[in-house]
Amino acid sequence: MQIIYSDLLCIGAGLAGERVAVEAAKAGFNVTCLSIVPPRRSHSSAAQGGMQAALGNAIMGDGDTPDVHFADTVKGSDWGCDQEVARIFADTAPIVMREVAHWGVPWNRVEAGVHTYYKGGKPFEAEEKLEKHGLIHARAFGGTAKWRTCYTADGTGRSVLNTLDSMCLRYEVGIHDRTQAETLIHDGENCLGAIVRCLKTGELKAYLATATLIATGGYGRIYKATTNAVICDGGGQIAALDTGLVPMGNMEAIQFHPTGTVPTDILVTEGCRGDGGTLLDVNEYRFMPDYEPEKAELASRDVVSRRMQEHIRKGLGVKSPYGDHLWLDIRHLGEKHITTKLREVYDICTNFLGVNPIHDLIPVRPTQHYSMGGIRTNRDGAAYGLKGLFSAGESACWDMHGFNRLGGNSLAETVVAGRYVGKKIVEFLKGHTVDFKQSAINDAHAKVAARIMEMTKSSSKQESAIQLRDEMHSTMMDNVGIFRNGKDLQKAVDTLDELIDRSKNIKLQGTAIGFNPEISLALRIPGMLKLAQCTAYGALMRTESRGAHTREDFPERNDKDWLNRTLAYWKEGSTRPELKYEDASPYFEIPPGERGYGGGKIIAADIPEEKLRLPKNSAEKKKAKQTKKAS
Amino acid sequence: MSRRLHIEVFRYNPLDPNSEPHMQSFYVNEYDSMTLFIALNIIRDEQDPTLQFDFCCRAGICGSCGMVINGRPGLACHTQTRDLPDHIVLHPLPVFKLIGDLSVDTGTWFRDAGARIEAWVHNDHEQFDPKAEEVRMENDLANEIFELDRCIECGCCVSACGTARMREDFLGATSIARVARFYLDPRDERNEENYYQVIGNDQGVFGCMGLLGCEDVCPKHIPLQDQLGIMRRMLAIHSVKGILPKRVLEKLQHKGCCHESH
Repeated sequence: MQIIYSDLLCIGAGLAGERVAVEAAKAGFNVTCLSIVPPRRSHSSAAQGGMQAALGNAIMGDGDTPDVHFADTVKGSDWGCDQEVARIFADTAPIVMREVAHWGVPWNRVEAGVHTYYKGGKPFEAEEKLEKHGLIHARAFGGTAKWRTCYTADGTGRSVLNTLDSMCLRYEVGIHDRTQAETLIHDGENCLGAIVRCLKTGELKAYLATATLIATGGYGRIYKATTNAVICDGGGQIAALDTGLVPMGNMEAIQFHPTGTVPTDILVTEGCRGDGGTLLDVNEYRFMPDYEPEKAELASRDVVSRRMQEHIRKGLGVKSPYGDHLWLDIRHLGEKHITTKLREVYDICTNFLGVNPIHDLIPVRPTQHYSMGGIRTNRDGAAYGLKGLFSAGESACWDMHGFNRLGGNSLAETVVAGRYVGKKIVEFLKGHTVDFKQSAINDAHAKVAARIMEMTKSSSKQESAIQLRDEMHSTMMDNVGIFRNGKDLQKAVDTLDELIDRSKNIKLQGTAIGFNPEISLALRIPGMLKLAQCTAYGALMRTESRGAHTREDFPERNDKDWLNRTLAYWKEGSTRPELKYEDASPYFEIPPGERGYGGGKIIAADIPEEKLRLPKNSAEKKKAKQTKKAS
Repeated sequence: MSRRLHIEVFRYNPLDPNSEPHMQSFYVNEYDSMTLFIALNIIRDEQDPTLQFDFCCRAGICGSCGMVINGRPGLACHTQTRDLPDHIVLHPLPVFKLIGDLSVDTGTWFRDAGARIEAWVHNDHEQFDPKAEEVRMENDLANEIFELDRCIECGCCVSACGTARMREDFLGATSIARVARFYLDPRDERNEENYYQVIGNDQGVFGCMGLLGCEDVCPKHIPLQDQLGIMRRMLAIHSVKGILPKRVLEKLQHKGCCHESH
């Protein structure tokens, strides 16, 4: 078996993985990135909208500060986030946007003078300031008090990923594409790297590293209808969960994006609504202001998705062979705006839907989009349970998103966390050596090799991976969607119990020498079922409604009992995770309160006085900073 | 009403000593809004689980699924079957190394090209001051740079390129447009001579035969033809800098670009 050694192994080479890689490579460490696809094809490239950072350059973002950004993020999370982490994020986001600008991102810039913008479909005029001319501009996104989303037309993910990938080239980060990490190598205390399958030859290799980062994005592919790319199958989370030592945080917190298109589930950006697009029903009536008078289409995503579903349930959706949907209307933005600032949207509509958004309405419905949950890490990005294992980006539960993340906050998180966690990994590498135990390497290799051997050779097995995938898809769609209840969730949990049992008997249908794509799916399905079970079981046990987790049978946000984070551990051989809980936040800089949109009752918590303020040292630091600023 | 599609796919597994390159026929029933992404997945799920092809975003954004569709390079995910005849023939992209069936190794090719043209903004990256305001830029220029940053590295332009088919080391329109992106970018401190070193040769701008198949097949409609012209002109003028009188050079400098008023 070939063995490849690096100081840092990044599993995943999207925005978070590459940003961490750049940080370590700049510090002189030897870094290898693994990626299922060439890095520039990572799903980060599909992010159209932008990155939130309180630069306050745009006139509609005038007076913005990290404090306002922090408050929006906490409200957005429905107080489920770790406020210490959300604070780190909001404070550093502006620096990170400037840094990537220095490296080459062509952010759209402020143009001084009077411009016509749209809000809720209505045009208005605003004058951009002369002194801000040429600085990074921002657009509106849902759930925010200010316009704060930095963007490059509607290809923000693409342009930032290109830039970070160019920095990886510049700092000679080793890129091993078409590779899949199948299992982590560990000795029960330290993570030592991963056993990796080459997707060109099918060969297994050992990648050893002092530090290992998982940055593999989300696990949306446990649902049938998802905006996620084909590769977003939770490979990184599965590798971590399978150790039995590393927990997943808040797996039940799944975001449904209001504007997945019908029938292909391809996302059209929130920028459509940010730029003034509206949602219409079967009568072409704009219904959102009736539910959310203030924010309308620009309430947070969980709220808009829920209201859309509610409206469809009233029979006001548009019937189609693919199920009911609603309309997104951007016609009033005009041809120039649509073909420049929303060009990707224009391309998607014309290429995939046969709809011309300059003249036609776009069919949309809420679609699985983002996983707030993932590998639980501390604020340094270090995973619980194994030393030397880190995670950043969507794959992690760092946890700045809590139970709902704001549009533009996750794309920003990739690079902000990437930079922050990258620095922490550099510190770790400087002070740490590790003993690569031959036995741990052999055990991990034997485990993967045996799995492949069994599904290829065994005569007693007969389950089809494709069949199991399809059954998982339908139970998740039917029972673990936007509106949830105990009865349906129990049904999902029972079904998944059974599917997990059956997944031990997967048998390949075909054979091929070298790389066989069927093995990729067959290796992934048992893990995907476990992630699905963490989601369904976590949702069943969480008897409240918070953010994107909406229980019809428990409509209140119950701060008294549930102001916490679910931690799901998986013991080998089990069909269900073991759930533990920890406090949502070490302290509450902003005490739990009303979000100001979405409605709903809150059962108040008794939070001890000392947790309702910043801990002493960080409060002093903040005060010192403010006095310094004032002087 | 719905058609029964005859999809003929190139099959070859280079790792299997018994495998011979051949075409294999599959049949699927067409339905509304069907794309080649859907059709190929139906084939793999229901008829042959070993069939190799690449999809990722399935939304025309990531560039994974370039292949030759009825003789023309294109993205399979945004090709709707209703725009094709009922007999569809699929080949892997030429030029790139074949991994198997319809899957080719674009990753290695583009990484190598990126390293050769040093595809990053050349400035002092360490010099970044976290407390300083960003360097200002005109929005129009940002848009022009982004226009060239839209390349998804699908490889269609390289596959459609006559020169790339003849010489293995040709950098292709995609790399030249990439250099043009850095040439436009004031943050990149390289001068004309530096760019000349990189693409002022037969592997770069002077290798192009001007067939412009690249522009015809680019799924993102990137103005590859213009960029080839702009870069070739800039570098040609640079190469005769010491020979032609300054007056003539100045006259030449600002012509030939469709974005400028002449």
